[in-house]
Amino acid sequence: MNDMKLGITLIAAAVALAACGEQKPAAKAEAKPAAPSALEVKIGHVGPLTGGIAHLGKDNENGARLAVEEANAARTRIDGKEVKFTFVAEDDQADPKTGTTVAQKLVDSKVAGVVGHLNSGTSIPASPIYNQAGIPVISGSATNPKLTEQGFKTQFRVVGRDDQQGPAIASYLATTKKPKLVAVIDDATAYGEGIANEVEKTLKAANIKVLPREKGTDKTTDWKAVLTKLRGRNPDAVFYGGMDATGGPLLKQGRELGIKAVFSFGDGACTDEMTKLAGPASDGLLCSQAGIPPQAADKRFLEAYKKRFNVDPILYAPFTYDAANLLIAAMQKANSADPKVYLPALQKIDFTGATGKIAFDEKGDRKDAEMTIFTMKGGKIEPIAIIKGGKTTPYAEFVKGAK
Amino acid sequence: MDTFLQQLVNGLTAGSVYAVVALGYTMVYGIIQLINFAHGEVVMIGAMVAFTVINALAPTGLSPLAVVLVGTACAIPVCMLVGYSMERLAYRPLRSAPRLAPLITAIGVSILLQHLAMLVWSRNVLAFPQIIDNTSYTLGGASITNVQLAIIAVCVALMGGLALLVYRTQLGTAMRATAQNPHVAGLMGVDVNRVIAATFVIGAALGAVAGVLYGTYYGVAQYTMGSILGLKAFSAAVLGGIGNIPGAMLGGVLLGLVEALGAGYIGDLSDLCAYGWIADLMGEQCEAGHFILFGSNYQDVFAFLVLILVLVFRPSGLLGERVGDRA
Repeated sequence: MNDMKLGITLIAAAVALAACGEQKPAAKAEAKPAAPSALEVKIGHVGPLTGGIAHLGKDNENGARLAVEEANAARTRIDGKEVKFTFVAEDDQADPKTGTTVAQKLVDSKVAGVVGHLNSGTSIPASPIYNQAGIPVISGSATNPKLTEQGFKTQFRVVGRDDQQGPAIASYLATTKKPKLVAVIDDATAYGEGIANEVEKTLKAANIKVLPREKGTDKTTDWKAVLTKLRGRNPDAVFYGGMDATGGPLLKQGRELGIKAVFSFGDGACTDEMTKLAGPASDGLLCSQAGIPPQAADKRFLEAYKKRFNVDPILYAPFTYDAANLLIAAMQKANSADPKVYLPALQKIDFTGATGKIAFDEKGDRKDAEMTIFTMKGGKIEPIAIIKGGKTTPYAEFVKGAK
Repeated sequence: MDTFLQQLVNGLTAGSVYAVVALGYTMVYGIIQLINFAHGEVVMIGAMVAFTVINALAPTGLSPLAVVLVGTACAIPVCMLVGYSMERLAYRPLRSAPRLAPLITAIGVSILLQHLAMLVWSRNVLAFPQIIDNTSYTLGGASITNVQLAIIAVCVALMGGLALLVYRTQLGTAMRATAQNPHVAGLMGVDVNRVIAATFVIGAALGAVAGVLYGTYYGVAQYTMGSILGLKAFSAAVLGGIGNIPGAMLGGVLLGLVEALGAGYIGDLSDLCAYGWIADLMGEQCEAGHFILFGSNYQDVFAFLVLILVLVFRPSGLLGERVGDRA
């Protein structure tokens, strides 16, 4: 009997350990000794390299790494000296606490600039640390507006903001589907509610009636009660601010109840996963993503990436590639790798990268950031339009123009 | 009216799944007065096993019905084994311990199973392959799909089968005897340990089926799905009178209905601007037309509201006075 209790305790302990075991040590940077005459400049990158979105973190890291390697290969010179760029990659595990720890670590190791972090949730708490140290940080994927609303001079991003994404999908919906009545649902999270508010604002400004907001949670699987209520009001379109795990069941159950409306989503539910979750019901959905799809990035970048890493970029790699190049370009322009000296050059930069022309506004946001509208076709999300500065361009035309 | 009928259909479907899960709680409570908090996790494991099997078989081109049946047939024995092991390893050694000890153990088993499932099936939300074609039938303005009909039918059949087992077989008689007084039942030649183990195994088998139904109905499964489902089913069992089998069935269906109607109408009922005099008081806030106090995200709250109300006003539940009939 005692043995048995001991056994159970051991199993429980093993499971507890296994659960904790996920906190793997952060990936170490490869710091090679530099040639004595060369100027050594460290560029940091932070993204989750372990956990559920590790593949996206690696994709981001690859983009920045490619830029740094190219700069080394091109024997970039600053202040008359050849520069040896060292790439310092850190893992924040998509965890806000770890994010601040690795940010401090990068600051302590005297990096000249940082690309990252991947998530808004890690970028925001890390941003004051970089700001205090005066080190420029450029995110290629954090879309929460708050990141650049804190008034930090060192914070930049090359991707669009959520409050540009909501208006983009809403205006696309309004102009192409011309709904008279729209139902807006959210999952009661900061992200879902935020994007749903922006959509509602834009729709109302376009004189489209919006039903009182319906809410679920980020764990809701049974949407039938909400959808049944909506069916009684007969909306022409439905927008859901939330993730694919809840958006999929929402769409599926909506079709089961015979709701014919167009379903639209933000980037949280703009994934191929939607087909698996909602089945054939997912065909024809509309959704938006900040930025442009990697396939629409500069061709030279796509080929170089494929050659170096033997895979295609997944999501934000073109943006982190541009972010790292921006840091290097600003250093060259200011003729110094000292953050204090090159920061003003970065603020005023005018640069053409893999994702197009980049310039920053006074907050550090990218001017005229692009948004992409996708639709689901045969189980894959396909880009159908690019929205830039309030102008909608069909995707095919945009790609032709970019090449 | 269409909307109301549709909410009833929604509630009935969800409620019948709750009822089957609630049976697992109530049977175990009836026989050893233990609230087996790990029962929700058994349901989750049923859904996960079925997911693995259905996912593997879906591309083979077998008929959808056959795939789901094979999935269920695999989930049931796995859950029975889980149910048996937890009784044998976690609860039996504590049977004569103070009542708090097995209760805490039950919570421990629940955490253990959840994390094991996380290690096996990952943290991700798993999407069931959509192999069943949904056919909708219209019923006086409400639409009901073939899957919903199947769920209701299966649940009714399971409840009927269980009632037959408990009231018409020797094992059922032994279970009822053990529930009334395990010591005397033992003296009468009933193998109490075997009967208790059987209760766990039957409850787990019902849980497995409920897991498969839930998974195929909503199309998703995740390692955490058992906790909220389990708590709702537990509330249903308490609503009906814990330990009482017909009570669990009634409680489950009622809870499903309360939830569907609650989530469907709370938004309108709590729209302060719909009430003239409050709207006057609110002034500007109502210019947009609505000021909704509680939205449909309060859906999950109803189960617990019901639980609290029952515990305050009728602790023995709706059918709870038939204590002698416990099994």
